[in-house]
Amino acid sequence: MPETLMPALIDLEKAYLSAKKDRKFQTELQYYLKEFVGRPTPLTYAERLTAHLGGAKIYLKREDLCHTGAHKINNTIGQALLTRRMKKPRVIAETGAGQHGVATATAAALFGFDCVVYMGTEDMERQSLNVFRMRLLGAEVRPVDNGSRTLKDAINEAMRDWTTNVRTTHYILGSVLGAHPFPMMIRDFQSVIGREAKQQILKLEKRLPDYLVACVGGGSNSIGLFHPFLADKRVRMIGVEAGGHGIETDRHAARFADGSVGVLHGTKTWLLQDADGQIRSTHSISAGLDYPAVGPEHSYLHDQKRVAYTSSTDDDALAAFDLLSRTEGIVPALESAHAIAEVVKLAPTLKKSQVIIVNLSGRGDKDVQQVAKVKGVKL
Amino acid sequence: MNRIEKTFNKLKAGKKKALIIYIMAGDPNLDTTERLVLELESAGADLIELGVPFSDPLADGPVLQRSAERALKHKASLTAILALVARLRERTDVPLILMTYENPVHKYGERRFVEDAVKAGVDGVIVPDLPMEEAGPLHNHCKRHGLDLIFLAAPTSPAARLKKIADISRGFIYYVSITGITGAQLRDLTDVRTHVAMLKNYTDKPVVVGFGISAPDQARRIAEIADGVIVGSAVVKIIEEQAGSPSGTAKVIELVQALKDAIR
Repeated sequence: MPETLMPALIDLEKAYLSAKKDRKFQTELQYYLKEFVGRPTPLTYAERLTAHLGGAKIYLKREDLCHTGAHKINNTIGQALLTRRMKKPRVIAETGAGQHGVATATAAALFGFDCVVYMGTEDMERQSLNVFRMRLLGAEVRPVDNGSRTLKDAINEAMRDWTTNVRTTHYILGSVLGAHPFPMMIRDFQSVIGREAKQQILKLEKRLPDYLVACVGGGSNSIGLFHPFLADKRVRMIGVEAGGHGIETDRHAARFADGSVGVLHGTKTWLLQDADGQIRSTHSISAGLDYPAVGPEHSYLHDQKRVAYTSSTDDDALAAFDLLSRTEGIVPALESAHAIAEVVKLAPTLKKSQVIIVNLSGRGDKDVQQVAKVKGVKL
Repeated sequence: MNRIEKTFNKLKAGKKKALIIYIMAGDPNLDTTERLVLELESAGADLIELGVPFSDPLADGPVLQRSAERALKHKASLTAILALVARLRERTDVPLILMTYENPVHKYGERRFVEDAVKAGVDGVIVPDLPMEEAGPLHNHCKRHGLDLIFLAAPTSPAARLKKIADISRGFIYYVSITGITGAQLRDLTDVRTHVAMLKNYTDKPVVVGFGISAPDQARRIAEIADGVIVGSAVVKIIEEQAGSPSGTAKVIELVQALKDAIR
C-alpha cells in the first residue's frame, strides 16, 4: 500500500479493534442486523433438489433473503457504523456485480453519508439494474473505463480516490481483500453467516454438516460461512471459483487452479498473473467472481489444505441457475449458482445420511436480464 | 560512493538543487527511451527515474496509467528494462532509478532482481506500494548489494513515521507533495515546507519532492525548500502528445531545459 494510506490503515485497525470490544457497538450492530437487514436468515432444507440429485441432504443458507438481496450488507452495516465512530462524513466503494455497491449506498443512505461507488463500464452494462438502484439510493456511480473495465479496475480507482480524500473518507471495501485490517474485519462482519448456520443445523439435524460449499470471488461469503466451522475438523469445506469458459481456455477467474502467489491491492495472495508479474485479465459470467486475486485468508486455508478449492464454468453455473429456480422456486445470483453447480456434482456421490450446507449468497433478480441475453430471449 | 550520492554531493558543493525526471520505460518504445535518457541528461536532468509499467498502477493518475498501457503493449518487461539499463551504462553515468510496483519485482524474485539490477547499473529503486513495514527482505537484499531502496514519505505520515522513513531510506527521501496520485495539482506549499523541514531535522540525506509538479515556476519554489524536484506526469504527457510527430522529443527537452533554468 502507498505510504499515504498507511496511517489510515493503522487508524482503521485501532478503531475496529476498539469497536470490536465495545459492547455498545456490538449491540448496535446486532440491532441493525436484526431490524434492518432481517437476520437471522433461514437455513432452508432443499427437499426437491435433494430428491432430484439423490444423495446428501442439501440445506441452503438464505443470504438471498437479506435486505438488498445478498450477504454484502452484513459488512457494509458494520463498516458504516465504524465510519460513524471515526467521524468521517464520506464513504466510497468499488463494486463488480453491483451488490456491494447497492449495499454500501443503502448503508450510506441509512446513516446519512455522502457515497461514491466505482464500477467498471463492462460491469455497468451487465448490471444496469443495480446501477440505477444505487442512484435511487442517492449514491454517485462513477464509471471506470480503464484496464479490463471490471472489479479490479474499480478497486484501483477507489484506492486512488481514498489516497486523495483519506482525511474525510472511509473506503468500505466489499470483500476480504486489500491490506490489513480489511480481510480480518470483513471476515468478522460476515462470520454471522456461519455462526447462524451452525446453530440452525445443530437444531435441525442435531449434528454438524459434512460439507460446506460456497462460491469464492474475493471470498467474503465463503469465509463468512467457513470461519465459525474451521475448528470442527470433520466439517469439509469447498470453495468454488469461476471457471469461465474452462481453465484450459485462459478465460476464467480460477486463481488456485491456474495462478501463483503475488501482491495486488495491498495483499500477498494467489492471483492470476503472467510471467512478468502483470495481472491477467479474467472472465466470468458473474461479475462478482470476475477478479484476478483471492482474499489472503483463502490462500492460507488453501495452502494448509483446510479448504478444497474447485471451479464451475459459466455453463455449469447457468444450468444450476435453472435447476434451483425450477426445483426450489429460488432464483439464485449467478455467483451463488457456481456453488450450486458444485453441489450438483457433489451430492450424488454422498450418502443420504450426509448433510451439505451451501451458501446462497445472493438472489438472482439482478441477473435475470443477463441470463435472458445469454439465452437469446428478448424481454 | 555510488552515483546517487556522488551526484548529490556535487550539487551540494555547487549549492545547486537536483532535477529528477521520470519517464516510463518503453513508452512509446524501448529504443526511444534509450535515446531519450541521453537527451534528458544533456538537457540538464541530474537523475533519471525509469518507470516499470504495471497493469494496476494504483498510485498513478490517468497520464501514467495510459503510459504504462502503451509500454506494456511494447513488452517493456522488467527483464527488457534491465537490458536497456545495461546498454545505457555503456554510454552514461547519470544515476538511474527504477520506479516499480511490488508485483513485477516479487514475480522476478526480490533477490534476483537486486542482483541483476546492480549488475545492469541501476543505482536506486522506488516501490510506491511497498510500505516500510513490508520492505524487510527487499531492504536487506538492497543493503547487501549496494542498491539504494528509496522510500516515500507522505503528507499523512505522522512524525514518528517520518523519522523512521528518514532512517531507512537510502540515496534520498522522496516526499510526496500531495495527498493524492501522480499528475494531480499541487496548490499549497505550506504543508510541503513543514514536512520537508521535519525530515531535514531527522536526517542529513537529501530530501526531494515529487507529485503534482509540472511547471518551471512550481519547480523553482520547491527547489527553495528541498534538495531536488521530481517531474514525471508533465513530461510523460508531452511524450504522449508528441508520439509519432516529426519533432520527436524536442518538446520534452524544451520543458526539461526550462525546469533546469528555473531551479538554477
